[in-house]
Amino acid sequence: MASTSVSSVVSPAQQRLTGQDLTLAYDRRTVAEHLSVSIPDHSFTVVVGPNACGKSTLLRALSRMLKPAAGSVLLDGQAISSLPAKKVARTLGLLPQTSIAPDGITVADLVARGRYPHQGLLRQWSDIDERIVGESMEATSVAELADRFVDELSGGQRQRVWIAMAIAQQTPLLLLDEPTTYLDIQHQIDVLNLCAQLHEEQGRTLVAVLHDLNHAARYATHLIAMRDGEIVAEGEPGDIVTAALVEQVFGLRCQVIEDPESGTPLVIPAARRPRRPAAAEPVAESAAVTAAVEVAEEAGTAAADGAPGASGAPAADAAAVPSQATGARATAGERAVGG
Amino acid sequence: MNAHAKAHTSADARAKRDAMAKRDAVVQQDAVTGELGSTGETGSTGEVGATGEVGGAALGRSRRSAGPARTPRARPERGPKSDARTRARRTALRTRGGLSIRVDIRATIVGLTLTAAALAMGVVLIGTGDYPIGFVDVVRTLFGNGTIAQDYIVNELRLPRVLVALLVGASLGLAGAIFQSLSRNPLGSPDVIGFGQGSAAGALTVIVLFQGSSFQVAMGAVLGGLVTGIAVYVLAWRQGIQGYRLVLVGIGAAAMLSAVNGYLLTKAELVDAARAVIWLTGSLNGRDWDQVWPLLIACAVLAPVVFGNARGLRMLEMGDDSAYALGVRVERTRLVMMLAAVLLTAIATSAAGPVAFVALTAPQLARRLTRAPGPNLLPAACMGAVLLVTADWGTQRMFGADQLPVGVLTGILGGGYLLWLLVTERKAGRV
Repeated sequence: MASTSVSSVVSPAQQRLTGQDLTLAYDRRTVAEHLSVSIPDHSFTVVVGPNACGKSTLLRALSRMLKPAAGSVLLDGQAISSLPAKKVARTLGLLPQTSIAPDGITVADLVARGRYPHQGLLRQWSDIDERIVGESMEATSVAELADRFVDELSGGQRQRVWIAMAIAQQTPLLLLDEPTTYLDIQHQIDVLNLCAQLHEEQGRTLVAVLHDLNHAARYATHLIAMRDGEIVAEGEPGDIVTAALVEQVFGLRCQVIEDPESGTPLVIPAARRPRRPAAAEPVAESAAVTAAVEVAEEAGTAAADGAPGASGAPAADAAAVPSQATGARATAGERAVGG
Repeated sequence: MNAHAKAHTSADARAKRDAMAKRDAVVQQDAVTGELGSTGETGSTGEVGATGEVGGAALGRSRRSAGPARTPRARPERGPKSDARTRARRTALRTRGGLSIRVDIRATIVGLTLTAAALAMGVVLIGTGDYPIGFVDVVRTLFGNGTIAQDYIVNELRLPRVLVALLVGASLGLAGAIFQSLSRNPLGSPDVIGFGQGSAAGALTVIVLFQGSSFQVAMGAVLGGLVTGIAVYVLAWRQGIQGYRLVLVGIGAAAMLSAVNGYLLTKAELVDAARAVIWLTGSLNGRDWDQVWPLLIACAVLAPVVFGNARGLRMLEMGDDSAYALGVRVERTRLVMMLAAVLLTAIATSAAGPVAFVALTAPQLARRLTRAPGPNLLPAACMGAVLLVTADWGTQRMFGADQLPVGVLTGILGGGYLLWLLVTERKAGRV
């Protein structure tokens, strides 16, 4: 009854997975209040934010692992907490941050466990289960490892096996909590490519929490930036990732340029002090002064269009202003004083 | 200069990407032709275990029907290690109506063998005593075709004792497997985490303070075990139950209850104290049909509950988050399983006293035989039955029917096993 009244209210543009006016808390520590979020269907949504901003907590709430203190998570217009567990598990999958591979389990057995929500006491292992497990292992290139023990695999292989398990669950929605943590750069990209492939080829809706802003900007079709339990900005990465936003969300001074590979925004954190070409070496003092002047000039031009009012700010306060140019200028100023 | 460098790196990256794409294509091709060379994941394909024939039977079949065949060609690089660790074969039984049951062949064979061993050992045990009876005669008598004397000895005197041994062993094995699975710890068995001591405290209270009948002692044991189980669960509960916390809280409870038991013994009259000590050791002496029926009823009620939730328990071993994600009702499954295990332990203890270490050893031994992941519930129960019947036979052969309580032997064997477990776990870096 409650569900029908809810679904009659929602607009036709209603997304399958939404959180409405959520208050999220562990014990007595409140992580987020009045948080509303909507995951666009068929998107690859990535949630970014500094540590402890509540992004993983949000993911836990969306996957019904954390019961919100207030508000509700809706799956297809119905409160997710009121739906049968197995029914939810056939629609919404989750790759948790930490999973335990039982002792002595093989890759094929672990991936097969992803079929659990589709099985019952008397329907334990159908032809379909068998086929999907095979396909999932092929899709993640772990079919060759089918009979290996999970505990003898490398970290990258293991993560692919867990993803294979989540794929075998065959859910149109898949949430991934920091799927690239603890992986080296090659495997990080491997995993993200795999996610992109799942999103593009199979049309699944993916929601991932990522730490690397550049990975997020490159792979996400929809980016959600969080800070202190609030959504600061969301939208296409190309539209919302700016130096000002990064400064606001992460407190990091940076430049945002175009990624030469993908054309997506690329965040370049500000250097502690700019490095100059080797020509500055021989006469240290005069070179430093020249460099300082050069930088100051650059900074001046940049400041003219980027950061009005910053010119009078003392060096110590400059960090508060979201502009690489002012940063450079401050550094230049220090250098000039030092020289 | 800067621009140049940028162009250079991007060209580099593009080349790398092309190489990766090429590698992917090669891997895919490999998957089709079945030739696994040195491509794939950084040098790992070399050590890949056997495909096709070993356990992959089911998967291999589906692949063959789905698309291009993958020939299970033997690879020269295959290491001896993966051959030694052949995994259990699994197969599925299916009906036309879409029903299917997954069977682990090795685990099934182990279970059947253990059941046969337990029954055979039971027959041998019935034949053992001051008046020995041959194997064939025992079987004949069990089916009602013996002499009157044999019938009395077998069906009235010895059969109940053997049945109690079988049922207590099976209950303890099952309870141990459940707790070890829930706590993800081979030490998380009911006799380590305080339920045995809880039952003992209940029984001692009845013996020492009320001089109760044996039935009342049994009820005291059940109540003591239940109360302890609930107390440990509540104390260990904090946004769910974690294996480590359960074991630690349980060990604390066990220590406190041991102190209570010690106190009760010092307060006891000499006669009561002697009775209490015998009860505390765990004994099968003089067990008759009065002990069999409650055990049988408890097993008949609890076993379906346990096996109905077994698949959820298996999922729980992957961590609560994974289990939630797969649609397991985590807290409910855990509560039901814990309750069932506590009841099984309490009722088994009420019938035979706290027989030491069966719950600890049986699941681990069963695991090592089946080599299957998961709680291995049924093999553990069968193993528990085998262990206890064999231990009872051993004590009777060595010391005579009423001399030594069976708990002494299981204690000695189990203690040795515990030491061995601690040493190997330590070597494996888990303790």
